[in-house]
Amino acid sequence: MRDEVFSFLASLLRERAGLSLSRDKEYLLESRLAPLARKRGHESVEALTQELRTGRDRQVEREIIEAMTTNESLFFRDAAAFTVFRDAVLPPLLQARTSSRKLRLWFAACSSGQEPYSVAMLLEEERARLAAWDIELVATDLSTEMIQRSQEGLYSHFEVQRGLPIQMLAKYFQKEERGWRIKEELKERVKFRAFNLLDDFGVLGFFDVIFCRNVLIYFDLPTKRNVLRRLGQSLARDGALFLGGAETVIGVSDKFAPHPGHAGIFVPLAMPALGRAVGS
Amino acid sequence: MKKRWLIVDDSRVVRAIAREMLEELGFATEEADNGENALAACRVRMPDAVLLDWNMPVMNGIDFLRELRGMSGGTAPKVFFCTTENDMPHIVEALNAGADEFIMKPFDAEILASKLALQGLV
Repeated sequence: MRDEVFSFLASLLRERAGLSLSRDKEYLLESRLAPLARKRGHESVEALTQELRTGRDRQVEREIIEAMTTNESLFFRDAAAFTVFRDAVLPPLLQARTSSRKLRLWFAACSSGQEPYSVAMLLEEERARLAAWDIELVATDLSTEMIQRSQEGLYSHFEVQRGLPIQMLAKYFQKEERGWRIKEELKERVKFRAFNLLDDFGVLGFFDVIFCRNVLIYFDLPTKRNVLRRLGQSLARDGALFLGGAETVIGVSDKFAPHPGHAGIFVPLAMPALGRAVGS
Repeated sequence: MKKRWLIVDDSRVVRAIAREMLEELGFATEEADNGENALAACRVRMPDAVLLDWNMPVMNGIDFLRELRGMSGGTAPKVFFCTTENDMPHIVEALNAGADEFIMKPFDAEILASKLALQGLV
């Protein structure tokens, strides 16, 4: 790929999706965009880029961004994180919200929906103690295609066999000709919407727990800082932020501290006092 | 000591593939080609886990599982059905009979490893 084509695509992906692509990631551009190029009748990624540059079809830009940002997703990916959520993060939040009986969870890069559905199943398993609670699950992804897939809730033979216990498959899915579909009552528990993490989070409101796993690794440092700072502003002071197993806030943000004893989970740091209160 | 699997399937090819995958994951394996031979193997030495086909001659998988769970020490092995009978009624029947997991054929090493992880075996 010519330098000039690479730079054009890298700069588009940085500006529109916050993606950081160094020259050694050229193979990623080729492997992910080649199928899209073929689909649109081009012989190469360069020809696809040329179509984008002529600007006749805005759709091509959206499809390029989606092809580059779609990630693999599994049910109960890194199972320990879900156990920690259920056993260490959820109980103190339930205790702290006994008067409102409301919790809001945000899945900030939900891909094809396995992560929010995993938590929805887990909450359903705890139904006895959560019966009177209003727990809202908001799931977003940059890709409208992924949001549509999530809303469809249809998974392949292979997808339902990786990470999902068979008891949960039997309880929360039904078999169809094309695969296994999440039951309607579970699907209704999750509100999906397309959303870019570079946009203002204000429209989404305030959350008690945020899952933002395996996304920050694709961002450059200034974007990581920016996203983490704004995640901190959207998160309750006693809330929790779940990052991927290989991700950390250390050296990137001073707004969070590691959840004691649990890798990949962070809690907001108490705000420093801004000065003496008047009259003290 | 390596944990021992009993692979129960009437297809020699499936047994060979499963054996290779399980040994690759560090397990010892033993094989039986139907439920009755599998029960005989369990009477000699109870395995730690069983990979179990459904349709087999002489004795099928579900009858083997019911017999196994009634045997002395027969509740201990983790039993993973591994079958093409992958509709909901078969899954529910398997779980009711005491299966721990259910692998729908076709499967690959990644699915097997994922199912083993769910049962704390890897």
